[in-house]
Amino acid sequence: MTTLPRVTGEAVARIEARDKVTGAASYAADHPLDGLTHAWPVTATVARGDITAVDDSEALRDPAVLAVLTHANAPRLADAGDPMVAVLRSPHVAHHGQIVALAVAETLEAARAAAGAVRVTYDEQPHDVVLTADRPGLYTPDEVNAGHPADRRRGDFDAAYAASEITVDAVYEVTPLHNHPMEPHAATAVWDGDALTVFDSNQGSTVVRSTLAALFEVDEADVRVVSEHVGGGFGSKGTPRPHVALAALAAKAVGRPVRLALPRNRIAAVTGHRAPTIQRVRLGADADGHIDALAHETVTQTSTLTEFVEQASVSSRMMYASPHSLTTHRVARLDVPSPSWMRAPGECPGMFALESAMDELASACGLDPVELRIRNEPPVEPDSGRPFSSRHLVDCLREGARRFGWHDRDPRPAVGRDGPLLIGSGVAASTYPVWVFPSHAEAYAGSDGRYEVRVNATDIGTGARTVLTQIAADALGVPLDLVRVSIGRGDLPAGSVAGGSSGTASWGWPVHKACTDLRQRVSDAGGHVPDGGLFVRADTEQEAGGGTEYSRHAFGAQFAEVQVDTVTGEVRVRRMLGVFAAGHILNPRTARSQFIGGMTMGLGMALTEGSFLDPEFGDFTERDLASYHVAACADVPEIDVHWIDEDDPHLNPMGSKGIGEIGIVGAAAALANAVHHATGMRVRRLPIHPDTILLGL
Amino acid sequence: MRVTFTVNGREQEADDVWEGESLLYVLRERMGLPGSKNACEQGECGSCTVRLDDVPVCSCLVAAGQVQGREVVTVEGLADQARERGGRATDGTTLDQAKGWQAKPHGAQAAQPGQLAPIQQAFIDAGAVQCGFCTPGLLVAADELLERNSSPTDADIREALSGNLCRCTGYEKILDAVRLAAARQDEVV
Ligand code: FES
Ligand code: FES
Repeated sequence: MTTLPRVTGEAVARIEARDKVTGAASYAADHPLDGLTHAWPVTATVARGDITAVDDSEALRDPAVLAVLTHANAPRLADAGDPMVAVLRSPHVAHHGQIVALAVAETLEAARAAAGAVRVTYDEQPHDVVLTADRPGLYTPDEVNAGHPADRRRGDFDAAYAASEITVDAVYEVTPLHNHPMEPHAATAVWDGDALTVFDSNQGSTVVRSTLAALFEVDEADVRVVSEHVGGGFGSKGTPRPHVALAALAAKAVGRPVRLALPRNRIAAVTGHRAPTIQRVRLGADADGHIDALAHETVTQTSTLTEFVEQASVSSRMMYASPHSLTTHRVARLDVPSPSWMRAPGECPGMFALESAMDELASACGLDPVELRIRNEPPVEPDSGRPFSSRHLVDCLREGARRFGWHDRDPRPAVGRDGPLLIGSGVAASTYPVWVFPSHAEAYAGSDGRYEVRVNATDIGTGARTVLTQIAADALGVPLDLVRVSIGRGDLPAGSVAGGSSGTASWGWPVHKACTDLRQRVSDAGGHVPDGGLFVRADTEQEAGGGTEYSRHAFGAQFAEVQVDTVTGEVRVRRMLGVFAAGHILNPRTARSQFIGGMTMGLGMALTEGSFLDPEFGDFTERDLASYHVAACADVPEIDVHWIDEDDPHLNPMGSKGIGEIGIVGAAAALANAVHHATGMRVRRLPIHPDTILLGL
Repeated sequence: MRVTFTVNGREQEADDVWEGESLLYVLRERMGLPGSKNACEQGECGSCTVRLDDVPVCSCLVAAGQVQGREVVTVEGLADQARERGGRATDGTTLDQAKGWQAKPHGAQAAQPGQLAPIQQAFIDAGAVQCGFCTPGLLVAADELLERNSSPTDADIREALSGNLCRCTGYEKILDAVRLAAARQDEVV
């Protein structure tokens, strides 16, 4: 084999793009099946209680309706250890919007009409859905999301804070946020005896497969999960969600294939959301801005079904030098829909608070916010004392400031004016940890010179299929078009979830390992693949857990310029720039879009997205895309992204850090800080709507 | 009721259509054309955008009965429509051909240029596709924009595409794709 130029690092076009632009890519609800039937959910209209009766007589009058499944008549699911998929098992209602019945019919319309005709009677109990920072029942969880301890204390925060020359003490609030991937949670399920096939929309079909096997008490080998194309997830498809259990359950009950695509306005209640947080941040510093004391205390909520604690205080443990530190989480168990992962859980809301507080500290010290962050750069990770495997935050800040023209601005707030518009700019840092999970892969060399690589990765829009092909081609030392990578099926070698920005590292590593090994075997065979081909397997059960002697994170700096309309109160973004340091970037084309997409979701979080739990109903008032505003094309300005290439030997063979989430981290703070610079007004509660601005001006 | 209409240049018929049925449902479930996506069914996201007598519409909001005798173009018919616009006669896209996109191998090699509509090729080249769920609707909307305005300003593009939500890309690369298709269109002229 000759040496080819490397394709990792090249802007290779997305492999499945052609299928996607022609409409040929099949998503979970796109598979035609003979005898297909449709399902529609009936959801709880009380926030807490027990079902006392279900009247389906009206619904069943239409002969097109095959069944109305409830806890009383549905085949009983075994306990798979995950309350999110324990559907139709109990008469208990834990939150408003919980699925309490499922209508199955010949057509979607008949199913929808039947669901509307089902009458459910409840023994309603009083509910408790309001989170405040001082409410009763707040407790300290054993751990928070991602396995972090709830509380950490270093030094003596109280004494150091009391002795500090300059202090900031502020409370920041983030409302619930909804993932709303464009593809609704959907599954098409069909049974053949004890064998189940589901076409499902998820972020990891290996776990969907094992969960379905457990729920229905069948062999994993008899469960086929196909998820070749997934229309986004952003965390909300990270574990099996109720739709897939329901579709499989219904298919079993009616003995026909069943498709269930959750209606958009039911998604928020049953597929997870970003929990609201109330975060108090206190910073104590000397007059030169050196932080001596840092406290970040988060109050959040979880449901009565699951304990999920948004780890918002965690990034304050590693961002800045802070000799005296206190970081805590308190959580209330409420009668609310279960929260779950949403793009950069923890870091995203947490860095909104910390980076806003840093801006406040810069103002209090009369320091440039970029300079303040540089002054507080820690030599090692403050929390653990471990060295950073690589940390280029300062470079990102400097490079970003240069590209953005940061130092040309007048630092005084509320002085930039253009007629009725106030103009300002802001900066914030971003960070996201490095995660790697064990995965398996197989590589096969055919005697025809072609290669096949199999790994159960999931491409939720990230470009996983493409980047894995690049990694494989390089490791094999062959051109891209000789390599075919199969992903997105539960029967492929087990792959970890497309979450925690871990995919490329987690799947790429065993692919790299298998392909490197295979290349050697081909070479050992004299460069000639024998008839029957050559085959190798690899996994990273050993390797994936390594590297923990280092603190491993990606970093970035975000800059934003906004205009605030003093007449309408509208904040519009004029431009944004992100500079990131995330190891080696393996595909600039797909990477750029990931960064920009993350920053745009951060823009939404800052300005357009926001959700509220109605205290009376106990459910979200913003349940559809008409009321929950995902930023549209005209809301988003020119967004510019750059990266600083890092050579970090402590990651994985590709030298990459994850990039799916860091783009959202810090974006909202950069925008809120820009609003402050424009107006002199500090907004500590997102989203920043016109009424907030008008009331504050 | 029976509805007869033209889909991607070919006459089609749907029987037993229920009065409340949407055009989107007929396309996806009866014609076997799942390219148009259902992401909200309320006219909020544009994932279901098709052309109805040339006008881009949310097919989830169009009652199937309304399309009687009219012409519909979906993402599956964009390539043929573009060829026709380019002066080459086609006799439309059969349902089988439309579904046949699926049958083409999708190996490691990305699109072979030439077979796609310019806007489709531009989406691939500019990296405007991520998860792809918004893509069919955006392609139809962008194609319509370029048909009526061959050199749109950025503001024109943002305005024309603001009925189509994308949760992945942040729109920047979608803008690039439309700019690219417009520029290529200029070269041809
Ligand atoms: S599905 Fe028609 S606009 Fe959303
Ligand atoms: S590419 Fe995923 S929604 Fe647009």
